[in-house]
Amino acid sequence: MSQPAVEVRDLVVRYGATTAVDGLDLDLHRGRVLALLGPNGAGKTTTVEVCEGFRSRTAGAVRVLGEDPAGAPESLRARIGVMPQGGGAYPMVRVREMLDLVAACSAHPLDTGWLIDTLGLESCAKLPYKRLSGGQQQRLSLACAIVGRPELVFLDEPTSSLDPQGRHLVWDLVRALRADGVAVLLTTHFMQEAEALADDVVIVDHGRVVAAGSPDELTTSGAEDTMRFRAPPGMDLTLLEDVLPEGYLSEEGPPGHYTVSGRIDPQMLAAVTAWCARQGVLADDVRVGRRSLEDVFLDLTGRELRS
Amino acid sequence: MSTSFETGTFSPDPGAGSRGRMLAVHTRTETVLALRHSEQLLLTLVIPLALLVGLTLLQGLVELPEPRVNAALGTVLALAMMSTGFTSQAIALGFDRRYGLMRRLAATAIPRWLVVTGRLGGMAAVVVIQVVVLGGVALALGWRPDAGSLGWALLLVVLGASAFGACGLLLGGSVRADLVLVIANVVWFVLLFVGGIVVPAGQLPGALGDVVVLLPSGALAEGLRAVMLGGTPGLGHVVVLLVWGVVAGLVAGRTLKWD
Repeated sequence: MSQPAVEVRDLVVRYGATTAVDGLDLDLHRGRVLALLGPNGAGKTTTVEVCEGFRSRTAGAVRVLGEDPAGAPESLRARIGVMPQGGGAYPMVRVREMLDLVAACSAHPLDTGWLIDTLGLESCAKLPYKRLSGGQQQRLSLACAIVGRPELVFLDEPTSSLDPQGRHLVWDLVRALRADGVAVLLTTHFMQEAEALADDVVIVDHGRVVAAGSPDELTTSGAEDTMRFRAPPGMDLTLLEDVLPEGYLSEEGPPGHYTVSGRIDPQMLAAVTAWCARQGVLADDVRVGRRSLEDVFLDLTGRELRS
Repeated sequence: MSTSFETGTFSPDPGAGSRGRMLAVHTRTETVLALRHSEQLLLTLVIPLALLVGLTLLQGLVELPEPRVNAALGTVLALAMMSTGFTSQAIALGFDRRYGLMRRLAATAIPRWLVVTGRLGGMAAVVVIQVVVLGGVALALGWRPDAGSLGWALLLVVLGASAFGACGLLLGGSVRADLVLVIANVVWFVLLFVGGIVVPAGQLPGALGDVVVLLPSGALAEGLRAVMLGGTPGLGHVVVLLVWGVVAGLVAGRTLKWD
């Protein structure tokens, strides 16, 4: 039981002159969810594909369920579930035909009719795959990943095309997988998704781990003495510092995002909100001593757009 | 709103399914899809049927030995094998790859050789349907087969479908889908008219007739017309089909892309 479902040490993947993954470590245990976060091109998908056995590594050690995944041996493929980015099916196939085909590859598959119902795919059961919406294709892909009752599931951006209802359904499903002892490795762009689901979050950038820990650890560390709030941009913060005792610093980060640092106590909170009230401004999203995962992510990976 | 799942619903119970069942379900899926696709049906059944009727009934179209229906059946069986094995197979594989099917299947416990076998199984099912339908219509048009020619025809159909099937896997498994579409259709069209299928090799101008019997189209059509008219296929026809099948199959095995 102590053996991790996924163990990655010092993984390096190069394509020609490009280094996609540059010395990355990961540990995922059974019954846990690990979220891999990172900007586009950070090496998330490459890392997942190495673990699935679809991509070869340049250096490093990778064990998946105790096996080396290189070359995707059949013994390993029978034990894992994979939801590739962008799905995959015959263009003209119907939902049930595709799921039945994938189910036939497993020894003890879930009931495919039940899974189709659960994922809300009954209404599009007669449509060819290429006519399904992005969200429907994504839900079918998820069904294909879990139908074989795997020990370990790889979900590469599982909710990127889903509406909020679909996203919550997938979250409930991931929680149920976790509760039943399945290990889940997911990549996502949605910080809220990582906060909602993950036991462990690993933030990668330029192929390296820039932060790792539970969502709690990541959002509290280094932020014990800050208060954050949102308000209309461009408020004159010198006026705020005038009403606070000596030693407080305030700044506006991204427009409309304010941070006050210093000793956080009830008097200070009251002073800030009272000051806002005098400006006729409603301070929104007030948080103390805690950044959102998105703040952490943007602090670590910067704000420039990635291709 | 949240969906609740009973504890244990997803308790791991992994393992590979039986290979027999994988192959059966995969072959069935391939067959159903081939029969559902209207453009593929046009290629594999409608055009060969129209040509069978046309070549038999319209005397002036192409010079054919009597009984015309026998020679026409040989011609359209060759065409049908090219349509199913090569063009239809290549296009289907090209687009299946583009839609991520091969990656999807590669992520399951199905062995890769079984994926290829399933595709060939689906192709074989279509070939059986083609032979039954075309043979039935030929019977209605006056074809009276004898046991000897049937045996030879069967052998040639199997060899021809295999040779074209290997070429189809080679093309569809290695090139971009939109290119596959163009190449597969152009090759079909060219071979149909100047590849020894509709116009027999002997009636093609110049050295073309000598060249086309080295192609699977010419070898198969010439061989089938010969056996339908009561003869036997030349050894050359059999060897040409075998060589194309084996060489294209080996190359396809190395070039087949799983993404």
